[in-house]
Amino acid sequence: MPRGGSLTKLAYYSTVQHKVAKVRSFDHTAKEVDGDPLYEISVQEEITARLHFIKFENAYIETCLDFIKDHLVNTETKVIKATGGGAYKFKELIEKKLRLKVDKEDEMSCLIKGCNFVLKNIPHEAFVYAKHADSEFRFQNTHPDIFPYLLINIGSGVSIVKVESEDKFERIGGSSIGGGTFWGLGALLTKTKRFDELLQLASRGQHTSVDMLVKDIYGGAYGSLGLTGDLIASSFGKSATTDKEFSKEDMAKSLLHMISNDIGQLACLYARLHSLTRVYFGGFFIRGHPVTMHTITYSINFFTKGEVQALFLRHEGYLGAIGAFLKGAEEDNPNQYSWGENYAGSSGLMSVSPDLNPMQRVRSGTFDMLEMDRLERQLVNLPLLQDPSSYIPDTVDLTEDALARQYWLYCFEEALDGVVNRAVASQPDLPQAVERAEKFRQKYLHKLQTLRHQPFAYGSLTVRSLLDTREHCLNEFNFPDPYSKIKQKENDLALRYFQKVVRSLEKLTWEQRQFALVKGLLAGNVFDWGAKAVSDVLESNPEFGFEEAKHQLQERPWLVDCYDQWIARLKGPPHKCALFFVDNSGIDIILGVFPFVRELLCRGTEVVLASNSGPALNDVTNSELQILTERIAAMDSVIQAAIKEDRLTLVQSGSSSPCLDLSRLDKALAVVVRERHTDLVVIEGMGRAIHTNYYAALSCESLKLAVIKNSWLAERLGGKIFSVVFKYEIPPQSPGLRR
Amino acid sequence: MELNGYHSEDEGGTETDDGETRLRTPGKGRAGDPRIGGGTEEAAAFPREQGEPSERRARHTADSPRKSRPPFPWFGMDIGGTLVKLVYFEPKDITAEEEQEEVENLKSIRKYLTSNVAYGSTGIRDVHLELKDLTLCGRTGNLHFIRFPTQDLPAFLQMGRDKHFSSLHTTLCATGGGAYKFEADFRMMADLQLLKLDELDCLIRGVLYIDSVNSSGPSECYYFENPMDPVHCIVKPYKLENPYPLLLVNIGSGVSILAVYSKDNFKRVTGTSLGGGTFLGLCCLLTGCSTFEEALEMASLGESTRVDKLVRDIYGGDYERFGLPGWAVASSFGNMMCKEKRESVSKEDLARATLITITNNIGSITRMCALNENIERVVFVGNFLRVNTLSMKLLAYAMEYWSKGQLKALFLQHEGYFGAVGALLELLNPS
Repeated sequence: MPRGGSLTKLAYYSTVQHKVAKVRSFDHTAKEVDGDPLYEISVQEEITARLHFIKFENAYIETCLDFIKDHLVNTETKVIKATGGGAYKFKELIEKKLRLKVDKEDEMSCLIKGCNFVLKNIPHEAFVYAKHADSEFRFQNTHPDIFPYLLINIGSGVSIVKVESEDKFERIGGSSIGGGTFWGLGALLTKTKRFDELLQLASRGQHTSVDMLVKDIYGGAYGSLGLTGDLIASSFGKSATTDKEFSKEDMAKSLLHMISNDIGQLACLYARLHSLTRVYFGGFFIRGHPVTMHTITYSINFFTKGEVQALFLRHEGYLGAIGAFLKGAEEDNPNQYSWGENYAGSSGLMSVSPDLNPMQRVRSGTFDMLEMDRLERQLVNLPLLQDPSSYIPDTVDLTEDALARQYWLYCFEEALDGVVNRAVASQPDLPQAVERAEKFRQKYLHKLQTLRHQPFAYGSLTVRSLLDTREHCLNEFNFPDPYSKIKQKENDLALRYFQKVVRSLEKLTWEQRQFALVKGLLAGNVFDWGAKAVSDVLESNPEFGFEEAKHQLQERPWLVDCYDQWIARLKGPPHKCALFFVDNSGIDIILGVFPFVRELLCRGTEVVLASNSGPALNDVTNSELQILTERIAAMDSVIQAAIKEDRLTLVQSGSSSPCLDLSRLDKALAVVVRERHTDLVVIEGMGRAIHTNYYAALSCESLKLAVIKNSWLAERLGGKIFSVVFKYEIPPQSPGLRR
Repeated sequence: MELNGYHSEDEGGTETDDGETRLRTPGKGRAGDPRIGGGTEEAAAFPREQGEPSERRARHTADSPRKSRPPFPWFGMDIGGTLVKLVYFEPKDITAEEEQEEVENLKSIRKYLTSNVAYGSTGIRDVHLELKDLTLCGRTGNLHFIRFPTQDLPAFLQMGRDKHFSSLHTTLCATGGGAYKFEADFRMMADLQLLKLDELDCLIRGVLYIDSVNSSGPSECYYFENPMDPVHCIVKPYKLENPYPLLLVNIGSGVSILAVYSKDNFKRVTGTSLGGGTFLGLCCLLTGCSTFEEALEMASLGESTRVDKLVRDIYGGDYERFGLPGWAVASSFGNMMCKEKRESVSKEDLARATLITITNNIGSITRMCALNENIERVVFVGNFLRVNTLSMKLLAYAMEYWSKGQLKALFLQHEGYFGAVGALLELLNPS
């Protein structure tokens, strides 16, 4: 709990009870009765850990403490960690209210701990600010190695800290000219008391009436030194030589420039001395203020000639609180887990820019939240990424592509009714399903509206983030798996056709079979409830069959057609091991993926099937896939043998998203991939191969295939609905091709 | 009347007693004076030669050692954002013959400059800096150091016109931004042609020259021993014999930081807009004062710790984890965030805090530059340091303290005049 300035930031850890969908296999030793469901679905209570960070004005401290008290029931916490100037001020109140001991923690080490935590765990945490660009916020990819970096904390003074590793950091310098100087001096000069009022004054002012510019001295530029005429030669220089009155706005602006430039200059000098290029800025001077982010960015650009970029953090305001919390939780070692931002519970990057409407200002000024879910496993890079530091999962950045943004926001809003209906239908026996679904609708609609105005609220806006936000919101209202019953039904149905499909494939010649397998894979992928066009058809015509789907597919040549290269490759030696990221349940996995996998196994290629850890749309989950695999193995000796001999392995991806971030995968998956010397990665489906990873460069061969089930997207890619993408890529000097 | 062997057409209007001429009080009724146009025309119409024209010509062609010696008067000028710095060489070895030959205007200027210590209400001759018995280009004389606010430049030009300065000189060596900005004014108002010179070239030339000639009297270069100790602080001379590499920090209205590797090898490392102009500008706004001297006087009486938030105000003492002493300023003007404290500080406190803020900031930027450039000697110059022992001691202390004794802060007696000296040298010895 850091307590600087007028805002209190609070971090607490809670265990959240929420519903999760579980599948359990029936005992199949008993004779099967036709019509029995394949497996049992149950919704169970599960306890997961969640980190909450709340920011509110000090005026609300009592309300807040009551809130914490309510959430602290049944906890064994005896000590609360606090940092920042207010830790003393409110110590008694906190101790009395919560009957907890307040431990004051060192501010700087909390800050660094928090900074490391968000940089590691929140994708798109850092951003570059560009005032005049199409999107003001340009988010940075999570770099696998966050160290070393420079943190410039601009509070009342400035601290410059070099962070070299998790535990190693050093305050290498600082300056007394900081936020306190702007505030204090600004208050004296303009008689304006509040910090953000001063910033507003500054954003309206003209510094040139107060500052002495190079052109005021030279009459123009100082050409031989490359100093342009508009450069400030002497801050406040004109107020020394003119007797006239200066406006508050102009003085505030001049002061803002003076301080920002000074800090930027020192930051550059320190960055250069220590050869650091990653420089993050934080502290109340920066926090959510586009005005100061702009002036600091400008200054850094000027002094480093663009060599160093000023980076800012979305959750900068929470760093101290997160750090203080982590210190308190050291015995739990939160660093051994990975954490994910919960989009449903986080308010996102809300700017207190004076340019924004007052509604938003009020909301962000008083109450702001961040929630992080503890993931059950540690997430790491796919070891097969060609360059983890430049990997960007998402194909289109909707923050930058306004046209695509409008379309997708519209599309998700349109689809909302269907999702709500499905959610209600998935829980006929559970209480208040309709009310909860309605709450879900409101929440998601609100998120969409926020994103319409502030696309940057949660980092780069992408189709993935829109999908994930929807999943988080559904979970929030206890709809853990709205598709569970549909998946069950489809899986059941598809299993009945499995043997028939395999038999018919076996009758074909090798060449015919390869094409049929690929076509089956693609046709299977048409069965996707996540795509609106398909869910419409499926809902109106449940008999829409596998064969019919094949007819819907685009004829070759496909939109992206590397089929010939793929066949040529198959005529060569078998792959050592293929990693297959699967997509939908039902026909897709059973009639599309399994026959394809079976062929790979027959070729002598080991197969690792990676499926989602948690539910997302109708995607097959790891636990479902386990049951399905058992059932298929019971019917098919090839699969059975492969499982027995450990040539077919199921792993979970660590994700609960319809998309795929190859930089955040289950550590166990990474281990298997490495151990098996995986030399082929297959990524299937729109979410995983088009919206994400379309441009992902891997260090081994890869196959990205999908059917474009969205006419807008198909058109954008230059095709029509049900266009096929079959992208087979060989990295330069692939070890797999060395014969 | 003969002016240096030349005839002036309108000497009638210009006679003012030296003592009466004031920069602030240009002759009345000059606005409509036809001589502005006339003078310019004259300049265009008649090629002018100065000094001892016929003789000089002869010497020129004879290729004598004195061939390049320009005619008197010898000036060097540095027109900064706030102050104009003027150096004037007064020849003391004038022979009777020369004296007779010397035109009235030249004599009048010489007398005016050397017999006064103040010119108008704002022009000042720094008598204590005067360098006596200097030999320049074979002539012996005294070097005078004069300054006046840049905003009074029009009055200066007016005087130049009144004294027919243009009849003496075709070129006036000037540096500083004003050489560019006011070039047209010099031409239009005073019929003077400026030879514009780069200010950094002049600055370095000036520093090296003054340090080399100023052997008599107090050492040009000095430093403070025990700068913050009121009892044991002493000023010690420093021999700047082998000065390179050297960081030269020029604190005028703004600040330029130069790394000097040799006489003609230097670069501008960086600069900051938080300089002398900022100190004075903020002081004017915060305290209502109007001059540098006033601001400094107030600062000497104030207490900055009432205005600034110190490390000990936040941590109760030293912040040991990071080696920050309790007395260090954590946030300049940080206490002024609080309304009660704003109401309880005096103007003197504010002036003091402003001075300390600006000075410390220059100190820390300088220190970082020294580290980046790997230079251990820093020379601070510029008029911000004039009569500003407080800042000098603070800089001296800051350099030593934060560098753990690695860095040495050096100061020069002639603080703000090096650019002007460099300009004068350029006149005498074009590089």
